[in-house]
Amino acid sequence: MRNLLQFIYRYHFFLLFVLLFTLAMVLNASRQHYKQAFIWHSANTFSATLFQVRANLASYFHLRHVNQRLLEENAKLLDRLEENFVVAEDTTRIYYDSLSQRRYTYTHADIIQNSVTRRNNHITLNKGRDHGVLPDMGVITPYGVVGVVKAVSSNFSLVNSLLHSETMVSVKIEKNGHIGSLQWNGENYRIVEMAYIPPHVELEEGDTVVTSGFSTIFPENIPVGEIIDWKIRRGETFYTAKVKLHLDFNNLAHVYIVKNLMQEEQEELENHASPDI
Amino acid sequence: MFSSDCRPWGPVFLKEAIDALKKTQMNLLKLIFLFLLLLLVQVFILNHIHFRGYINPQIYILFILILPARIPGYALLLTAFFTGLVMDLFTDSLAIHTASTLFAAFCRPAVLRLVTAGSKQDSETDPSFGSIGGLSLSIYSGIIIILHHSMLFFLEIFRFTEIAQTLSRIFQSAIITFIFVIIGFALLEKRAGSQSR
Repeated sequence: MRNLLQFIYRYHFFLLFVLLFTLAMVLNASRQHYKQAFIWHSANTFSATLFQVRANLASYFHLRHVNQRLLEENAKLLDRLEENFVVAEDTTRIYYDSLSQRRYTYTHADIIQNSVTRRNNHITLNKGRDHGVLPDMGVITPYGVVGVVKAVSSNFSLVNSLLHSETMVSVKIEKNGHIGSLQWNGENYRIVEMAYIPPHVELEEGDTVVTSGFSTIFPENIPVGEIIDWKIRRGETFYTAKVKLHLDFNNLAHVYIVKNLMQEEQEELENHASPDI
Repeated sequence: MFSSDCRPWGPVFLKEAIDALKKTQMNLLKLIFLFLLLLLVQVFILNHIHFRGYINPQIYILFILILPARIPGYALLLTAFFTGLVMDLFTDSLAIHTASTLFAAFCRPAVLRLVTAGSKQDSETDPSFGSIGGLSLSIYSGIIIILHHSMLFFLEIFRFTEIAQTLSRIFQSAIITFIFVIIGFALLEKRAGSQSR
């Protein structure tokens, strides 16, 4: 016993280090289990409240920019109003009936914590379970894809940003409809990579890339960015294109959370039809 | 019951830590103030500097660097653990800051002994420009910062395919942090100097 105490005393520096370091690594390992790890994120009430205050202050500096965007968005929506269209034939009427069924609903949310400097970036939003947000919902702006909701608490939600190694978005080239998958390589946060474009596809600089709508998360035709460069990497048979994002993640403040009302139905069918995958 | 080299536990341990603080020019209040200052600067200003897109200075490591040399090992480790934990809480990063700050603190006594070995001073002198000299202080800070950043970035990005990119991130961030830390040392010393006069 005495020897043991003596041993502990002599090496207490090293032993304590090992103990605390193990504790830290255990916390790190819980990275995979978002629900348990959630307590460590800013969505826990204390730091979330602080970040909310900071976001409120910072939002004043972006007001001009946000207004500009809202105006543009408004103009776009106004363009689609019925009153703008002259009915060509008197006999034609537009009916809203059971033939058109609602597929997506949108909820507005503010970003209260965001980063672009890490390899895996997360975003915290000020809407949560109480506002109908659930994991696996998409987060977008009219100018591009933002990310996918990973975990929710009652008032906040944690989003895997597009700038995260686990985020993959199914996209297509607008002019010819060829699909590929979008992922960030961790370098410049303004540029992401679109992989798996077959080599016979003719690409041009400035081609617009939009979401494909194939995944159950994002609606179709949200603009993402434009192609600036492409090449076939060594050992690969597909093009990988560099896509410059329309969206600057660094000054993002307001986003929409998308709920796909038919997500469950589609996934159920797909899983049922191909049980092996 | 105990032999001479095995001192009893408990309050004596705590007393040792307080004594160590008393012997330096820093007192507990000053350290707490410095901690809060570094926390605010780190979380609300530096975490939003995205130099070249992804380089963030991690000034909070200055707190571990500047602790008095006589501080007992366990106090050093616990302080580092707590500092890292607070940073993690505010930067949304699980426990990577905790682990890397702890690692830096673990290496600190050895590095401090290394840089003060050749000089006239013993390893008991506190790290600052005045006590161990600019060169030693730079080497000491540099080594600790490199160790801390390596741990930090490898815990964040552990992929063999991205190893070159990770190394360049470590190197670039370490340089920026180093500049900030040296400025921090200089500012704190100047302030302390002007107060004592």
